[in-house]
Amino acid sequence: MNRSKNIRVLIAKPGLDGHDRGAKVVARALRDAGMDVIYTGIRQTPRMIADTALQEDVDVIGLSSLSGAHMSLFSRVMEELEKRGLDDLLVVAGGIIPDEDREELERIGIRKIFGPGSSTQQMAAYIRESLEAER
Amino acid sequence: MIDVDAESTGLPHHRMGGWTDRGQLEDLAEAVLAGQPRAVAKAISLVESGDDLAAALMEWLLPRAGRGHMIGLTGAPGAGKSSLIAGLAREFRARGRSVGVIAVDPTSPFSGGSVLGDRIRMQDLATDPGVFVRSMASRCRSGGLAAAVDDAAVILRASGKDEVLVETVGVGQGELEVAGAVQTVIVVLTPGMGDEIQSLKAGILEVAHIFVVHKADLPGAELVARSLLTLGDGSDAGWSRPVIQTSLFPVRGIAELADAVDRHGQFLASRRYVAENEIRRSREAILAMAEREMRDRLESTITPESLERLAATVAAGKLDLRHAAQETVRLFFASYDRLRRKARNGVDEDETAEVPRSGIPLRRVAANGNRASAL
Repeated sequence: MNRSKNIRVLIAKPGLDGHDRGAKVVARALRDAGMDVIYTGIRQTPRMIADTALQEDVDVIGLSSLSGAHMSLFSRVMEELEKRGLDDLLVVAGGIIPDEDREELERIGIRKIFGPGSSTQQMAAYIRESLEAER
Repeated sequence: MIDVDAESTGLPHHRMGGWTDRGQLEDLAEAVLAGQPRAVAKAISLVESGDDLAAALMEWLLPRAGRGHMIGLTGAPGAGKSSLIAGLAREFRARGRSVGVIAVDPTSPFSGGSVLGDRIRMQDLATDPGVFVRSMASRCRSGGLAAAVDDAAVILRASGKDEVLVETVGVGQGELEVAGAVQTVIVVLTPGMGDEIQSLKAGILEVAHIFVVHKADLPGAELVARSLLTLGDGSDAGWSRPVIQTSLFPVRGIAELADAVDRHGQFLASRRYVAENEIRRSREAILAMAEREMRDRLESTITPESLERLAATVAAGKLDLRHAAQETVRLFFASYDRLRRKARNGVDEDETAEVPRSGIPLRRVAANGNRASAL
């Protein structure tokens, strides 16, 4: 059979952040790049995100945060992923994230941060290339 | 929350890694049977990829699949299928049963990608260990489902789920595939359809076992419910189709719906209906699978160039669609015939591998290539 496999991406918004325009734009852009994008809406807990990633068997998680709580929320997401043996998933992030936080986020395993003004084509290309490199 | 300790199965982390040997596959099957969510997720990915090993996995799981009740929800886009599934899942959980959900959303015909958003309505189920939700892209199938739905339902049953809920993409009147994939079909309608129901008598309404008028807090629900009652009992003698009004804000009718689903399950389990129904369902499943297989072979046999040429001719208005389709079928059997001859004469070892394996009826038709279009 020649059914090919699409890259599966979970776009998730942890915490009490009600703004998801950016997350939706990214979801649509990745769809247009030929990926299957699971979008779960706003106000997700780290546990919900990890359980969803597990059930949906995604290749990539994109975390979005505009509320300023990214340091504590993202690290809790990474902990929950690790508990489930999903710590090698490609995790990227976007939103309002100050430069001084980037190093720490990279240390806990967020592989790439796309701030305001990032190009959606670059995101899609980054995801594709990173997954291919791991294959 | 998911049982974290059960997750150390040594399964490959990325689907990119793929499955290499059968031993690994048996471990996967065993882990599915043990109900490990990670294994269930990997198994569904495997059947979705269409990999040859998926067939081996299904062979292993099918006889052990369990008797979970397969329930399909179908209806127009925005009718409220996802939230109704969430409501129904909560109700079944309250009754102590485990639930699997397969939610299908459409694939973009342009990019091949999709946005799968059904989980938005099911957020509160995400961390319940008794619920497993999987989103699936339709991959441009036209019947309202995705190709891997049948297999994914078997996997969820094998993992011990008592109720397996399948949500179709938002459909119109003719997407009836769900009827072949599940045991109980719920057709979800909303107020504001009133008289239009009269024009919907054929098609989707015929395959329903249970009608739901969802969003019944809106005006007009009563009218829709009454029009549905005039449709009669459908094709199953002995089953009278209930019409249930539901809403989630405020919650209403969900327990009644769960009761109706249970009643239909009991009805199916009674008398010789079991056999008849299973045979009918299997017949649909066989045809759907064969259709898929044919399409795959068609696509791998016809060269992109010849298809492109035909498409250009049709687009230019020089050839009509029917003749183009007939020509495509003719090309298929011609190249099939060629491969077959080569295989018989042992001309080209490499190409023999591409000869379609089964195919007694194919050979009969191929022997008379011009007739092929009559298929």
